[in-house]
Amino acid sequence: MITSDPPASNAQGVDPGPVANVKGAGHTRRVFLFKLSLALNGIVGAVLAVPILGYLFGPALKKKSSENFWIDLGPIANFPDGETRLVNFRNPITTSWDGQTGDIPCWVRHMSGDNFQVFAINCAHLGCPVRWFAQSKLFMCPCHGGAYYEDGSRASGPPERGLFVYDHKISAGNLMISAGKMPTLAARNCTRPPLTQIQTASTSTSPAADVSKSRDSSWPA
Amino acid sequence: MASLKERSIEIFNWFERRLGLFGPSIEAAEHEVPSNTSSWWYVFGSAATIILVLQVMTGILLALVYAPSASNAWLSLEFLDHNVKLGWFLRAMHGWGSDFMVAIVLIHLAQVFLFGAYKFPRELTWIVGVFLLLMTLGMAFTGQVLRFDQDAYWGLGIGASIVSRVPWIGGPLVDFMLGGPIIAGPTLSRFFTLHVFVIPGILLALVGLHLLMVLRLGINDWPMPGRLVNKKTYMQDYHKLAHETGIPFVPDAAWKDAVFAAAIMLAIMACALWFGPFGPTGQPDPTIIETAPKPDFAFLWIYAVLAYLPPSLETPVLFIAPVVGIGVMLLLPLVSGEGEKHWSRRPVAVLMVAVIAVTLGAFTRLGMYTPWSPIMNAWTSDSIPPAYLKGRTPLEREGALVLQNKQCRNCHSIGGAGGLRGPALDTVSSHMTEDQIIRQVLQGGGNMPAYGNALNPSETTALVHFLIALRSGNLSPAVDASRKLVLTTEQPQPSKPTPAGGS
Repeated sequence: MITSDPPASNAQGVDPGPVANVKGAGHTRRVFLFKLSLALNGIVGAVLAVPILGYLFGPALKKKSSENFWIDLGPIANFPDGETRLVNFRNPITTSWDGQTGDIPCWVRHMSGDNFQVFAINCAHLGCPVRWFAQSKLFMCPCHGGAYYEDGSRASGPPERGLFVYDHKISAGNLMISAGKMPTLAARNCTRPPLTQIQTASTSTSPAADVSKSRDSSWPA
Repeated sequence: MASLKERSIEIFNWFERRLGLFGPSIEAAEHEVPSNTSSWWYVFGSAATIILVLQVMTGILLALVYAPSASNAWLSLEFLDHNVKLGWFLRAMHGWGSDFMVAIVLIHLAQVFLFGAYKFPRELTWIVGVFLLLMTLGMAFTGQVLRFDQDAYWGLGIGASIVSRVPWIGGPLVDFMLGGPIIAGPTLSRFFTLHVFVIPGILLALVGLHLLMVLRLGINDWPMPGRLVNKKTYMQDYHKLAHETGIPFVPDAAWKDAVFAAAIMLAIMACALWFGPFGPTGQPDPTIIETAPKPDFAFLWIYAVLAYLPPSLETPVLFIAPVVGIGVMLLLPLVSGEGEKHWSRRPVAVLMVAVIAVTLGAFTRLGMYTPWSPIMNAWTSDSIPPAYLKGRTPLEREGALVLQNKQCRNCHSIGGAGGLRGPALDTVSSHMTEDQIIRQVLQGGGNMPAYGNALNPSETTALVHFLIALRSGNLSPAVDASRKLVLTTEQPQPSKPTPAGGS
């Protein structure tokens, strides 16, 4: 293909006279209009991209603080001293077509009195559901064999850290946890202290958190 | 009759004058290819294309019934399996077609690599092919998610956990992938969109491009040792070869493609009939935690690799290895676009294919029986062989109870039954002394948790006595070498001093 770009002088609009009879050489104005139309479409495309990208990335741009809510897990009398029990709750943010996927389980450990620990079901390695074995006082993961002690600290296997911990409080004799988001390692990258990390639990359950921290460091990978 | 024939030709010509498609299509089908390309080794690409057509067809048919919503997807699959006439067969065809497609695409890739077909002038054909492989794997993964069962649910959890490890943007990426704060309705809708619109669209466009380039550049001639690819002369040589030995692709070469495609179709149908559809396994209810999730066949090797990587290496390997792997594949034809094509003169290439194939095979095999996973119900389902209890003291029998009750069996086997996570305990006392066993049980170490908090002293004593008693007659007990040394050093020193060794 022969390039149809006009010479520079033509593009500047300087006297196209002598070459006007050559086909295509006198179309400076059309080329200009064509380029203008391209620019116009570029602008339209950019404007259109704003709602499209906003829609597409909406879930990723949501403020983290809007995703965790206090959830009632029932009266503390339901959790006998020294036992670790599985409790299900309905995720605070659901759609009506979520079905069973909106139900989230967690492990509640009642140490004594008002001392609780609430662990996420998801293994800190790759998110599989961990199971509690009261006899050996271990949480075990069926996927890659991660194991955790009763206080959620890492015991063995591929996880880098202990189980994720939900913030909790006791309100009018009921155990409440702050939940709403699937716990993952990315919580660590948030600027706001994530609710799912062991360290942040120290405000509410300092003894347990201290135990788990010290256990974490004393059982290195 | 003649007038009917004339009339038909007239109608055909009416369309052809307006469409102009038949002439070029027939020309393309009959184009000359070097006769040495009419080989059973050259049938995999066309077979993959045929399977793609099958997948599109069965996929559309399944979409007639499938309900892409988190609350109903699983039920609609059960409905397909049991209530829709031949629904199970369509599901089975689509599932087995997917496995066959991944396999055939991989074989095609290996064949093209070993035949040096990626070299000049077909570099871009190879690069597009790499993207086709990625799209195929993308279809396999998203398809597994659409089979919205327990494996799909926890597979998404694994996917989200992997994505969450991306530095800096991991959190938003997880939200982007899941479409919300948890794995739920929006997640399935996203993967449905990917599986049904986005990836197939890209896949079909790239397949078109891939085929167009094969037609434009000619099919790769059969490599001959010593016939080197030279960018200056290759096209000329190829056209000469195609001209001199040329045969029309249809029918002289294409019949082998057609036969192989038919064989593959029959194989998929046979597997679908014989083995039936994949799942669905249990419903996607996260509160049912008695589950051992596992990915589909094509991803078992990744599942295995993730079990064996040391924790500190996992995140780097997860993100650096794929980038390096895909980068190498994309750059391969640009770096080595000339030279020898024949496998017998490319030992490194052959070795690479062999090593990669064996590695993938070994990890896939491991992924099939997951020796790293504790067997969650071994402690209640696997009994201790009676022979191991015969003639034991009460303390040792108490130890056997401790072994069962404390879930040791979940990770350790006895008498061939139990988990494979830790070593078998039948002969543990032949290589560990009593002190070592006590220490290992109480403090853990290696891959073993510490049981100091879960065992009281009498339980520990009983357990260790039982383990020591297990060692059968022929094996000598483990001895503490240092004890011997202590005993000997307590004896009077030999008069002759031991000379310092070596240096």
